[in-house]
Amino acid sequence: MNAYIGTSTSRIDGRAKVTGAAKYAGEFNIDGLVYGAVVESTIAKGRIKHIDASEALRVRGVLDVLTHQNRPRMADASAAYKDDVAPEEGSPFRPLYDDKIMFSFQPIALVLAEEWETARFAASLVRVEYETAAFTTDLQAQRNSAFVVEKPESHRGNADKAFAAAAVRHEAEYFIPIEHHNAMEPFAATAIWDGGGKLTIYNKTQGVQNVQRYLCSVFNMKPDDLRVRSPFTGGAFGSGLRPQYETVLAVLGAVKLRRPVRLALTRRQVYTVGYRPATIEHVAIGAKPDGTLDAIVHEAIAVTSQHEDFSRNDTAWSGQLYKSPTARYEHRLARVDLPTPCDMRAPGAATGVYALECAMDELAVALKLDPVDLRLRCYSDRDQHTNRPYTSKQLRECYRQGAQAFGWSKRRAAPRSMRDGTELVGWGMASGVWEALQMETAARITLTANGHAEVASAVSDIGTGTYTIMAQVAADLLGLPLDNVTIKLGDSTLPLGQVEGGSWTAASVSHAIAKTAGEIRKELLRLAQAVPDSPLANATVDGVALVDGRIVHKRAPDRAVSIADAMRQGKVDRIEREGTVQFEDDDSHARNTHSAIFAEVKIDEELGVIRVTRVVNAVAAGRILNTKTASSQIMGGVVWGIGMALHEETLLDHRFGRFMNPNIAEYHMPVNADVYDIKVIFVDEPDTRINPMGIKGVGEIGIVGTAAAIANAIYHATGKRVRDLPITLDKLR
Amino acid sequence: MAPAKPHQSAAVAIPVPDKISVSLNVNGVDVQLDLAPWTTLLDALRDRLNLTGTKKGCDHGQCGACTVLVDGRRIVSCLTLAVMKDGSKVTTIEGLAKDGMLHPLQQAFIDHDAFQCGYCTPGQICSAAGLLAEGRAKTADEIRELMSGNICRCGAYPNIVAAIQQVMGHS
Ligand code: FES
Ligand code: FES
Repeated sequence: MNAYIGTSTSRIDGRAKVTGAAKYAGEFNIDGLVYGAVVESTIAKGRIKHIDASEALRVRGVLDVLTHQNRPRMADASAAYKDDVAPEEGSPFRPLYDDKIMFSFQPIALVLAEEWETARFAASLVRVEYETAAFTTDLQAQRNSAFVVEKPESHRGNADKAFAAAAVRHEAEYFIPIEHHNAMEPFAATAIWDGGGKLTIYNKTQGVQNVQRYLCSVFNMKPDDLRVRSPFTGGAFGSGLRPQYETVLAVLGAVKLRRPVRLALTRRQVYTVGYRPATIEHVAIGAKPDGTLDAIVHEAIAVTSQHEDFSRNDTAWSGQLYKSPTARYEHRLARVDLPTPCDMRAPGAATGVYALECAMDELAVALKLDPVDLRLRCYSDRDQHTNRPYTSKQLRECYRQGAQAFGWSKRRAAPRSMRDGTELVGWGMASGVWEALQMETAARITLTANGHAEVASAVSDIGTGTYTIMAQVAADLLGLPLDNVTIKLGDSTLPLGQVEGGSWTAASVSHAIAKTAGEIRKELLRLAQAVPDSPLANATVDGVALVDGRIVHKRAPDRAVSIADAMRQGKVDRIEREGTVQFEDDDSHARNTHSAIFAEVKIDEELGVIRVTRVVNAVAAGRILNTKTASSQIMGGVVWGIGMALHEETLLDHRFGRFMNPNIAEYHMPVNADVYDIKVIFVDEPDTRINPMGIKGVGEIGIVGTAAAIANAIYHATGKRVRDLPITLDKLR
Repeated sequence: MAPAKPHQSAAVAIPVPDKISVSLNVNGVDVQLDLAPWTTLLDALRDRLNLTGTKKGCDHGQCGACTVLVDGRRIVSCLTLAVMKDGSKVTTIEGLAKDGMLHPLQQAFIDHDAFQCGYCTPGQICSAAGLLAEGRAKTADEIRELMSGNICRCGAYPNIVAAIQQVMGHS
């Protein structure tokens, strides 16, 4: 009964997006709208001695300038600012709270004006005197004072001893600089009064209910009085998991003026809302000559802010992925005077697995083994941390199908041994791994007698395709054409939805819909059985399915009642049900997605210009709900991997403690001409254990390992190993 | 709730530029706007004409999200002051579909899944329409090169190229 699940279905929100009808957070125009502009700190640390807005206030059309001195009331307690995704340790940044400066470009005043240009002009006239304090933004300078963060994964054996005794050893340090998400839509919030003293905030976010709870806490408002909506989100990649400062400032302005206020951040301002932390990764792997491992040691040092301890799992992937009797991990944090880092596509894994997979490549060279062969020699069918089996793990198939599609067998092992005219050719590969998570989620379905269903949940679609997969699942389970299903999401008043992150949304919301569709089916069966001489008289709810507008006996399909008849008989014109799905915390199995990435680079021998001419990414991620949108997710992840390998780096001027390239021209990201052939393969991975529908999620896995495959290909092409990302042409000299 | 009194300083006001009357033909409709010289075409479209399909990704001419067609040529509207285009014909994403029928590029973008979040999409499609009119791109490599002013952070590039190729093949 799967007309839609598993198919290549075009996005149901596609038409809105290609016609310009889709409205993003900063696009709700309304009479009387006030425009905000932010004044940013020009120092990295210290306090505001004096702030003079008198000149700004004299600009015609300026309504007010809010600072920590005159803003409306906000909560004092640091705990009031802890959102669902805030790090456990530390106190969140409180925008416009007091005179403290914690990082450069920190928002310190909000200019409110009748027009955007006026607000921006006036913002340039706000005069600030600072008292500066000593600061640091340099990870290398702080690495020795980094402190250890406790992580759940336990070590096994004595890895250091085993490494020291190993026959073949590889040990090296890898570096990933600060990277920024740079979603195309800058953060924006439009706060609108509804007349009854209630506020609706259109906000760019990955979690409307997280923002709603946060704002209620910060402004001491009742949940019913504040609604957060985000029908469309112009990309976020983790940067929209936590509420960001624009939403607080928009509400401050709206409260102060009692008018609707929009605040759209500039691109530069977006650089202060979070970033992938710069990380030093130290990996040591000891092996026997046959390519089985004796020891893995993985240590990471990453930056965090002075006020919060942000860290993810960088190191433990190493001890999970490959069979090794011993393993040790250590994660340390170095404090710098910057905003707190945040999640960015495959946080922890994008960086940690990059280091691991480059190290494995170096080990393969030392062992004179083919890189795929080495990975097969230490392949693990069980999660190495806990010695549990996986609910499913088709990584072996990823290697096989990926290698075949790529033509890996034609690879010559020696570096610099393949070329194409004036270009050196390099082929490299890597593995990828991510978690298959699922979270408590609710959905409401309203079925009307005319055969239309509305499905609602407070989840988000940040470009991931959530609208579409929700409609596919609902259409199949309710037996309706896709066009008869309407999806509502991105609204805090809808049933429980978690922030969209960690690749958990597809599995979670699909099961919420499935559960609720089951309740609808149950009610329909009850109504159908009330029909005189019902052909379904003895049927059970699990014995019937909804197909083509009818309630059908699964084993005797000629026994059926039309949904319209059943509802008419029961004198109901609509059935509404809400269901919440919880996922049992069953510890018996490990849950992960896996991938194998194969990359080809061509490098101009004289100039060192690197092109990634082919990538094959073979992914094992359970059941794929929509091959079209899922492929796009992986393709996007690969493009991110290309950027990570070759382009992306946020540069700091440590003398000023400030980002030097907070703009799209100087922060390099892949453009169309940087991206050639990307092939995505989904290997078959039936999984009856992880959840009833066998869904795992694909948002992150596409980036994991990709930068390593490219770095390894660059080594293969040139014979030069560059471990510091990004691999720019100067580093190949 | 009554609006609070705006905070106004008693000191002498600092003026902002006087508004100038600007005539544009936007998507086939003649419009007359009073705009300050510092207003970009992008802000005029988004904030004054409520044509929010044209996106603002950087406001600095770096991303292409604000691409529109002016007198048939693709330009970044954030680097264009509206007064400079007085008397021009502007086509935005809202003006590409005719009588409810999608422009072939719009349909091809849907068919090839040439977008994810959709924020770069209006700019990509307007840019592609300009590219087709230029007639310069023949190969996939040329499309890639000539579409490189439009950044897609979601990374839909291969699908964008495929969508454009499909339309090129039919025109
Ligand atoms: S907004 Fe105009 S190029 Fe980015
Ligand atoms: S579709 Fe999201 S930036 Fe292109």
